Amino acid sequence: MITKRIIPCLDVKEGRVVKGVQFVGLRDAGDPVELSSFYDGQGADELVFLDISASHEGRKTMVDVVREVAGTLAIPFTVGGGINTLDDMRTILRAGADKVSLNTAAVKRPELISEGADYFGSQCMVTAIDAKFDEELHSWRIYTHGGRTPTEWEVTDWAKEVVERGSGEILLTSMDQDGAKDGFDLSLTETVNNAVSVPVIASGGAGAKEHFSEVFSETNADAALAASIFHYKETSVEEVKKHLREEGVRVR
Amino acid sequence: MIGIIDYGMGNLHSVSKALERLGLPYFLSEDTDELAKADGLILPGVGSFHDAMNLLKEKGQEDFIKKWAADGRPLLGICLGMQLLFDGSEENKHTQGLGFLPGYAKHFPGITEDGTAYKVPHMGWNKLTFKQPQHDLLKDVEEGHVYFVHSYVIQTEDEDVLVADSDYYENVPAVVGRGRVLGTQFHPEKSSTIGMKILENFGRIVAEGGNTYE
Repeated sequence: MITKRIIPCLDVKEGRVVKGVQFVGLRDAGDPVELSSFYDGQGADELVFLDISASHEGRKTMVDVVREVAGTLAIPFTVGGGINTLDDMRTILRAGADKVSLNTAAVKRPELISEGADYFGSQCMVTAIDAKFDEELHSWRIYTHGGRTPTEWEVTDWAKEVVERGSGEILLTSMDQDGAKDGFDLSLTETVNNAVSVPVIASGGAGAKEHFSEVFSETNADAALAASIFHYKETSVEEVKKHLREEGVRVR
Repeated sequence: MIGIIDYGMGNLHSVSKALERLGLPYFLSEDTDELAKADGLILPGVGSFHDAMNLLKEKGQEDFIKKWAADGRPLLGICLGMQLLFDGSEENKHTQGLGFLPGYAKHFPGITEDGTAYKVPHMGWNKLTFKQPQHDLLKDVEEGHVYFVHSYVIQTEDEDVLVADSDYYENVPAVVGRGRVLGTQFHPEKSSTIGMKILENFGRIVAEGGNTYE
């Protein structure tokens, strides 16, 4: 049967991984290629690269990074951040990424998802959703621009919309839990899971290996994503997988 | 030399990079005269069965591949490329395939017989079970996990073509083959060490087979 995926996320700015710390045996913690091979060796099932470059030059550098990573990595990887047009998608996918992730651009113009899915196939269209609980809405509201801008969308409505438009996967980040390190947002994850029929990646809140077994036993999430917990060596992909195996969660 | 068939629908880059890492010489082409010079062919593919067959026809590649397979020369279909090797697909009601292997692609129903809903596509790492452990493609390959992304699954009555399978609410033919017509439903180029080993084995089959007729 299919296994649950563990996905480290790397923030890349002007071609360099930020927030990365020095791992033993790693010459350059800022080198996306070296860091991705490191995570591959640890048993990561997939990687997500988030381009947080502000400049046009930084974006162009990202394409080189993608090309280099694709040349060495034998596991799938997704690239998000700064993808606004069909052309942007084509450039990143041609450079060797397996999937592209859309966030703000999809909310601004949902047709972009349909166009991407028609052109490249749903399997490479991920929609990243940043959601925050809203008292008024009695549910979670979608935010864009890295969580700065509230939208009118309620999370299950938006999740259904993006799947209907051809998104093949949802990367769901809880803004309430993000950075809190006390576990994934189980309620949000399960709510979205129940609303759609495509794989959901839970993100935001991982602070210990137990949080991974929790999200997989309490929800039907297909994958869990984390950044700092891996980068700052609070735990490793290897340790998380060992723990999941002990808890009876199927992993690779 | 391995020729990768470029008909406009595969992630050719990943496959090429994987062959590069293995030191297996290859080239990409859509030109059948060029492809004819290869010792083995890879048929990649992602997306629609119907579009893929149309493109193969338009580019004059369908007849070329049929002759290639009939001559017993090595051919590896990956993902959609593997499904194309079979009789057809229920996509667009019915689409005729290349017909080298007996079987038919149907959409995962997304619900089990007892009414449990499950997710489609089958996306992620799933475990292989070997049906023919001695098969050339599986030489020195561990019975581990490989990376799948697909919404259609092959159904076949002919156990002989099943080299390895996997399980996703139903049986999933994962490695198939008859003679030198071979295929993997998963993406070997994205399946870490196991996938790389399978590609390496295909490289060896190609090298041993050479550009000779059986």
